[in-house]
Amino acid sequence: MKYIITLLISICTLSYGAAQQTPGASQTQRIAIVGATAHIGDGTVLANSVIGFTNGKIDYVGTDKNKAAAYDLQVEATGKHVYPGFIATNSPLGLVEINAVRASVDSDELGDFLPHVRSLVAYDAESKTVESMRPNGVLMAQVVPQGGIISGSSSVMQLDAWNWEDAVLRADDGIHLNWPRPFTRGRWWLGESPDLKPNKNYPTTVKKIKAFFTQAKAYINDPQPKHLPYHAMKGVFEGTQQVFLHAQSAKQIKEGVRLLKQLGVAKVVVVGGHQAAAVVDFLKEHKISVVISQPHRLPQSDDEDPKYTFKLARILLDNGITTSIDVSGRLQDIRNLPFYAGSFAAYGVPKEKAVQMLTHDAAAILGLEDQLGTLSEGKDATLFISQGDALDMRTNILELAFIQGRQISLDTHHTKLWKRYSNKYGVN
Amino acid sequence: MRKLILGLALLVQTTVNAQTYFPKNDGVKTTPSVYQAFTNATIHLDATQTLEGATLLEKNGTVIAVGKNLNLPKNTTVHNLNGQHIYPSFIELNSSFGVKKPKRVTGSGRSAQYEPSRVGYYWNDHIKSDYNALQDFNYDGKTAKDMRKAGFGLVNTHNADGIHRGTSVVVALADELPAGGRILSAKAAEHFSFSRSVASRQSYPSSVMGAMALIRQFYYDSKWYANGQSTTKDMALEAAIAQRGLPKIFEAKNKLDVLRAAKISKEMGLNFAVKASGQEYEILDELKVAKATLILPLDFPKAYDTNNPTLLDQITLRQLRLWNQAPINPAKVSNAGIPFAFTSTGTKSAKEFINNVRLAVKYGLSEQKALAALTAVPANILGMEKQLGALKPGYRANFFVASGPVFDTTSKMVAHWIGGKKHDIASTNKVNIDGSYTFNAADTNYTMTISNSSEKAKVQLKQDSTAIKTIADYSSNELKLLVQDKASDTYLRLRADVTDNGIETGTGVGPDGRAIRWEASKEDKAVASQKKAAKTANKREIVPTTFPNTAYGNKSRPTPKVLLFKNATVWTNEEAGILENTDVLVRDGKIAAVGKNLSDAAAEVIDVSGKHLTSGIVDEHSHIAASSINEGGHNSSAEVSIEDVIDPDDINIFRNLAGGVTTIQILHGSANPIGGRSAIIKLKWGETIENMKFPGAAPFIKFALGENVKQSNWGSYSRFPQTRMGVEQVFVDHFQRAKEYGAAWKKYNALSARKKARTPAPRYDVEMETLLEIIEGKRFISCHSYVQSEINMMMKVAEQFGFRMNTFTHILEGYKVADKMKEHGVAASTFSDWWGYKYEVKDAIPYNGAIMHNVGVNVAFNSDSAEMSRRLNQEAAKAVKYGGVSEEDAWKFVTLNPAKMLHIDDKVGSIKIGKNADLVVWDNHPLSIYAKAEKTIVDGIVYYDAAQLDATIQAQQKEKEQLIQQMIQFKSETGGSQPPRNMQKRLFHCETMD
Repeated sequence: MKYIITLLISICTLSYGAAQQTPGASQTQRIAIVGATAHIGDGTVLANSVIGFTNGKIDYVGTDKNKAAAYDLQVEATGKHVYPGFIATNSPLGLVEINAVRASVDSDELGDFLPHVRSLVAYDAESKTVESMRPNGVLMAQVVPQGGIISGSSSVMQLDAWNWEDAVLRADDGIHLNWPRPFTRGRWWLGESPDLKPNKNYPTTVKKIKAFFTQAKAYINDPQPKHLPYHAMKGVFEGTQQVFLHAQSAKQIKEGVRLLKQLGVAKVVVVGGHQAAAVVDFLKEHKISVVISQPHRLPQSDDEDPKYTFKLARILLDNGITTSIDVSGRLQDIRNLPFYAGSFAAYGVPKEKAVQMLTHDAAAILGLEDQLGTLSEGKDATLFISQGDALDMRTNILELAFIQGRQISLDTHHTKLWKRYSNKYGVN
Repeated sequence: MRKLILGLALLVQTTVNAQTYFPKNDGVKTTPSVYQAFTNATIHLDATQTLEGATLLEKNGTVIAVGKNLNLPKNTTVHNLNGQHIYPSFIELNSSFGVKKPKRVTGSGRSAQYEPSRVGYYWNDHIKSDYNALQDFNYDGKTAKDMRKAGFGLVNTHNADGIHRGTSVVVALADELPAGGRILSAKAAEHFSFSRSVASRQSYPSSVMGAMALIRQFYYDSKWYANGQSTTKDMALEAAIAQRGLPKIFEAKNKLDVLRAAKISKEMGLNFAVKASGQEYEILDELKVAKATLILPLDFPKAYDTNNPTLLDQITLRQLRLWNQAPINPAKVSNAGIPFAFTSTGTKSAKEFINNVRLAVKYGLSEQKALAALTAVPANILGMEKQLGALKPGYRANFFVASGPVFDTTSKMVAHWIGGKKHDIASTNKVNIDGSYTFNAADTNYTMTISNSSEKAKVQLKQDSTAIKTIADYSSNELKLLVQDKASDTYLRLRADVTDNGIETGTGVGPDGRAIRWEASKEDKAVASQKKAAKTANKREIVPTTFPNTAYGNKSRPTPKVLLFKNATVWTNEEAGILENTDVLVRDGKIAAVGKNLSDAAAEVIDVSGKHLTSGIVDEHSHIAASSINEGGHNSSAEVSIEDVIDPDDINIFRNLAGGVTTIQILHGSANPIGGRSAIIKLKWGETIENMKFPGAAPFIKFALGENVKQSNWGSYSRFPQTRMGVEQVFVDHFQRAKEYGAAWKKYNALSARKKARTPAPRYDVEMETLLEIIEGKRFISCHSYVQSEINMMMKVAEQFGFRMNTFTHILEGYKVADKMKEHGVAASTFSDWWGYKYEVKDAIPYNGAIMHNVGVNVAFNSDSAEMSRRLNQEAAKAVKYGGVSEEDAWKFVTLNPAKMLHIDDKVGSIKIGKNADLVVWDNHPLSIYAKAEKTIVDGIVYYDAAQLDATIQAQQKEKEQLIQQMIQFKSETGGSQPPRNMQKRLFHCETMD
């Protein structure tokens, strides 16, 4: 117990300031978390666990209490829960601070085909929105540019850093292709019907996409003079970068995946996937993972099952499709990521499988499963202790969190105001 | 040459246009003096009386006599109709025939226009009562010709633009009459709609509820003006006063607007005839109560093209049903005893219109009612029932001749007589040779089917049952055929003359040069019509209407039952707290008992062991179930009411029920400092609008502060206020004026009856009335608010005018002034954790609810979102996470506390004997992320049952497929198909601008 107090005090002294909480210092002492229920992240649970980490890496996962003694600090966590840090996929975190304030928006660059435009250089390591993710267990995020046809290259970041270089876990992990919508809505403000109609530009846009990929592929064989957009496609054709295909309808998914495969793209991940349930066999056949849109959204038509968005994850997981959660929507709501998983669990996904969507499977989809995503020896010590079930609002109350072994502050702009005004009224 | 033709055309025109007192310089003046008799006809005098073998005698466009064995004057020309039928001309009520369309204003710029464009007229451009359509009228011969094909001989035409659209003109569709002779009434009726004029940018009204408020205020003002109290001239009001006695026709865009128009009509005594939507069969009960006269369109949806499955998937069950049920609308309206006329509005051609009238008859409408809807009823609506709509002596002799009964699919329109002038219907003088034939040519037997021969003939040839390629031409009463011999790819060349007797013996040449004679023998007429009758008699099965008539609608409107919930964990929200293993008895829609081991012989017992039973969720801030949300045209819109625009069919009602919500306040949006009045409704899915309204709920109004009312986020710079400083002044100004308004009325009302008679009453102002209610404590404010300065300001303004703010909604910086709020006594309805989406919420914190609660403010969590409202139980749980509110108190954030702020906590918000049985069964702890609503009960009726959901979805899929199959089978009934398109309702939130 006294060890925990020591740790907490160190945070309080460090966390004084106006901008984001000061990033945690590199791990110097070996730490073991003792007695907690460990949610490994691969679907398994370890009761009464000991999780030890040294120099930012996990070096013990087990139940042998004796092992804990070898660590400099033992964190007593009986009755509590340890999770690998949750990963937000397809987020604009750090690119936008306040949506309505244009000066604070850096997510959508001008142009249609922008694989050379990279999110990481605009990532604001001191964003108050980013900071607010951490007390809920969201410790890593894929930072994704928005808009256009190819909106740009994303990178995976950890959420406690002095600057974007420190934050990067994986630079330029993939490019993001927004597949055109087969339907468009009428412009009601011009007196048109708001009904959904076939998109007249659909075939043209698909042709443009095909032409871009084809030419980029040819260019790679003899890359000169340098063509920035084509050059940025190199990794896609060499299999080191993924193509994140943003597609909601069955038609978009099938036509997108088929075209990309035909063009020789090795790694394709579907993002969105509202109608993925209708094409599970196709997805299995092509071994496609899906980052499904978070469940807190409305059905897409009056007839659709009102609970469809909650049921979708289970359908995909039952069919063995690797699935994580697309957090796009209101930026600030990304901190609700654990509850998105909880909602999927309410509709049939086993709880540990729901945890896995946010940890192991998200890491696997981002190509980082060797480095993080589970509580396993050799992986990053990016993890947190929650008082209870982290997928449920009532019990998602974090006590300690670590990113690569560094203890991070769980204070935020919000907690500071909370304390300030509670003290004003003397009500805490 | 071109010049010459032009000259001739002009000459013809002047001759036709000659009027009796016009000078004539191209010949001698003549006066028509000849009678015309139409003998040997079946004459339909009106919708109910028919004379066979009768004669109609007319002179100069007026019916002189109708009957059998008439003595015809010597100077009569006789037209023997050989048993053909005569009908009074159909009357079109809702047309813009010949009226120049107004130009849509373009080039808006950023700033809205608040002032009217005209001087000397009403303050709103969308009111054009002084306008008369004659000024933009130009007779349109081409359209007239098409309308005559559908039987129309008279049209009431107006300029379909604006809210008050001015007056219409009744025109006879008589090309042959002089221009003046065509005008039957130059100021026939006043026309209205809820749509703005496209010719003006004036911003008010931007919504349906604004349009409703504008019509009301306009008529209050016209009364006041008529009393001579205005110091200024207003030509629009004067016109309306002068036109008070004219018929009034309202064009509604959809079913709900029909009800809204009927509502205003009743309130303001306007007696609207309402051009309806075609879906009136869904609202018959409401229409009967409203006592509306309807003008029904017959633009039945065409079947959707079934060849595109991807597109077809987008079509909703409701769309499929609307296709399936459309033809029964006239019969249903008729059977309900609601008076109605027909209009061709929406139908693309005469052919489609007459086809759809016949479909309406096929699907149950009596022929008499159909005929009346095209003749007597519209004549009556126009107040011209003494001259139009029947063929009796003294009536106008406007009638058409049909080959048979007009509602028979085989009957053809022959001619239309208007003002004594004949207008032929058929475009050519070709003989109609439609039918099935057989003939032998070059030793081969063929069967031949000819259709559409009066226009462009279609000829199909078969040998046995194999289709033979044929190139056919039928013109100048000569039929020419090239018949292919497939094996040799050679052609038989055939021709035949056509006379009134049909196809005469033909000749031809074979590929070998051999001369051929052929004789087409026509299939017996009786057999042919039998075949056709058999084909058209086949009816689609009409699927039942549900309540509402959408996916997840109820088969019938459910009624409350006696329900006994056994062994629940009951969250009472009362002093008893959370009770384990407890029973709750529901009777007559109320909670009858709460306790252990309850029983009731009449009750349906529902075992809820291990489950949680709570009172229903109350959402203080919702924008679902409404057709419009913001009246953004003015900075104060207290005159509008969401109650006017409730949409009971919104699927989000069902989705909210599925999340345990039972009562919502539909708030006006946040476009204006002073918004509109709210509606508080119970989510009684499938009920009528009136039955959804929360009985006896307190009146509310929405106010708003900050960025939205300053219009900071959409770059508009022309409206006051642009700053929070200005926002205060809007309130002070309006409340001050309301106070003075109240004082003026008080003074007037205190006068003796005698003095009152001599003193003009103050102007009645709906906006001021509403604001006065606030000052007098009779109406409560729910005020959209974010930052502490504005919250504080608003409370001070209220205190200045002697009332109390009821609720701050959003109130994201409430935690900064919680002590002041408590002192003022205002409640807080906030978000659990929203922040950062705009500048004014940069300091919003998820601990807000907890801090205000801890200080002693009544706190609720609301949704402002059709999505989030479905899981307000989870939002309540965030009060536990952020700030450690107890679970019992957190639960009250979404139930009892909002009920208190809405002043309905005596009826809902807790489980207490005598309160409304608005209950939710949860499969888990209701604050848990894993909790799902299993049953949602409103007034003792189960409106959502999770256990039924899968079966409902399956049944719906089955019904959809059944309807798609029908579409394939019955495509031809409505003449072809349309590409699929998915109907969408727009989602509203605070910032939606209409």
